[in-house]
Amino acid sequence: MDQSEIMGTVVKILTPWVKNEDALQSVSMETSILDDLKVNSARLVDVVIAFEDEFDIEIEDEDVDSVNSVGDAVQLISGKLG
Amino acid sequence: MTRRVVITGLGVVAPNGSSVPEFEEAIRKGQSGIRHVEAMAEAKFGCTVGGVPQGVDELAEAAFAADELLAMNMSHRYASLATLEAWKDAGLEQPERESEAVDWDTGAILGTGIGGMDTTAAKVVPLTDAGKAKRLGSTSVEQVMASGISARISGQFALGNQVTTNSSACSTGAEAIAMGLERIRAGRAERMICGGAEAASHYIWAGFDAMRVLNRGSNDEPEKASRPLSASAGGFVPGAGAGVLVLESEEMARERGATIYAEVAGQGLNCGGHRTGGSMTAPNPDGVRRCIQMALSDAEISPDEVDAINGHLTATGADPREVGSWAAALGRGPGELPPITSTKSMVGHTLGAAGAVESVACILMLQGGFVHPSINCEDVHPEIEPYASSIPHTLREMEDLKVIVKAGFGFGDVNACLVFKKWED
Repeated sequence: MDQSEIMGTVVKILTPWVKNEDALQSVSMETSILDDLKVNSARLVDVVIAFEDEFDIEIEDEDVDSVNSVGDAVQLISGKLG
Repeated sequence: MTRRVVITGLGVVAPNGSSVPEFEEAIRKGQSGIRHVEAMAEAKFGCTVGGVPQGVDELAEAAFAADELLAMNMSHRYASLATLEAWKDAGLEQPERESEAVDWDTGAILGTGIGGMDTTAAKVVPLTDAGKAKRLGSTSVEQVMASGISARISGQFALGNQVTTNSSACSTGAEAIAMGLERIRAGRAERMICGGAEAASHYIWAGFDAMRVLNRGSNDEPEKASRPLSASAGGFVPGAGAGVLVLESEEMARERGATIYAEVAGQGLNCGGHRTGGSMTAPNPDGVRRCIQMALSDAEISPDEVDAINGHLTATGADPREVGSWAAALGRGPGELPPITSTKSMVGHTLGAAGAVESVACILMLQGGFVHPSINCEDVHPEIEPYASSIPHTLREMEDLKVIVKAGFGFGDVNACLVFKKWED
């Protein structure tokens, strides 16, 4: 799966939690999940569960700490997919 | 002088109508919302019928944002939809989510009898037992915490006054209105969103079925299954939904030119102490009588001014005692008792929502000048027979309906009584 495919799925998973829909229109790898998309930080655990289900991977708690931007999530997932 | 408190908005999600107009049409016609519930049959319940509001997910999806919906179980959906309807009905603007403005003068007391047991049973227990607690995600706590429904609406409507959830079994919904009345009277709030919600779930209803207090004899005829006041009453039919009333100080309602539907003129709250025939599951008749009299006295209404009664009347063996308590409290015997009706005959027993859903019915009756039929009691219970002329089997027009009294009783021997008065300047 290439990075643009992964990014498409990441954005789809984030979409219901996004409070700033304008930022979603211009989403890029640099877009911050919390600061730009205004996803409530408490909901990141739901996003991570959805990543695990969608990509059939396991994400450790410490992996999540390094995820700030959409690109960070894409990198983490592509790394797990090998 | 005590501040007067008025009702300016109504919202309801009931088994026979998922909005106020639908509900009003149904209660006028005597339309039952009781249906076969497959989950009850699959779980081998004795009673396999219930009152489940229809079309709720579609309504919620049209009304609320995607992130909210992911964290809203059934009682949240009922409560939020009923609140949204009541809020708009009161002529209030729904705040923008982006706005930082908080309405410090408006609070909420929105109760539930059981809470998020549907979520506990379907998700928390199985996932935790399977060693997968992590998979509960972030939305579990807010759906199972007792105050989940009031917490939910406080965000949707930017409420800044007291926001809480009360719980007093089947008197919860009426108690919430009584508590909101007192907060506004005391000058601590100008507007309170009051009511109750209860989810439709066989997990919630299982214990009642085990107690054999649900009607097992009408599974083939769901619409005839809820039979308060009847000789063939065989227990209650479980129901679900939400009722919400917007209570406001008279001053605020006048200031903003709101339409005033009725006045909450008085309330009574007490407990029978599990004595004199009262127990965990049955009301002490002295407690009931005192509660009704407390509410009348608070409203400064004499018993002969009561034009109609919306009883608790569930279709258990307690109905005859309840009718006796009303007669004793009002000092009005056979032939003198005002019309007495049971909303539960059409929607079943919506537990923590009952007092609120039935209070919405009361306000509609005051506004429309009618008493809705109490269905499925053509065969009036022999002990209630002396009062048979007070039971409306079809809609009873009452243009001069001015005062209606609503009571609700709950496990723990707790009682709540409300006096609603037609609004007159």
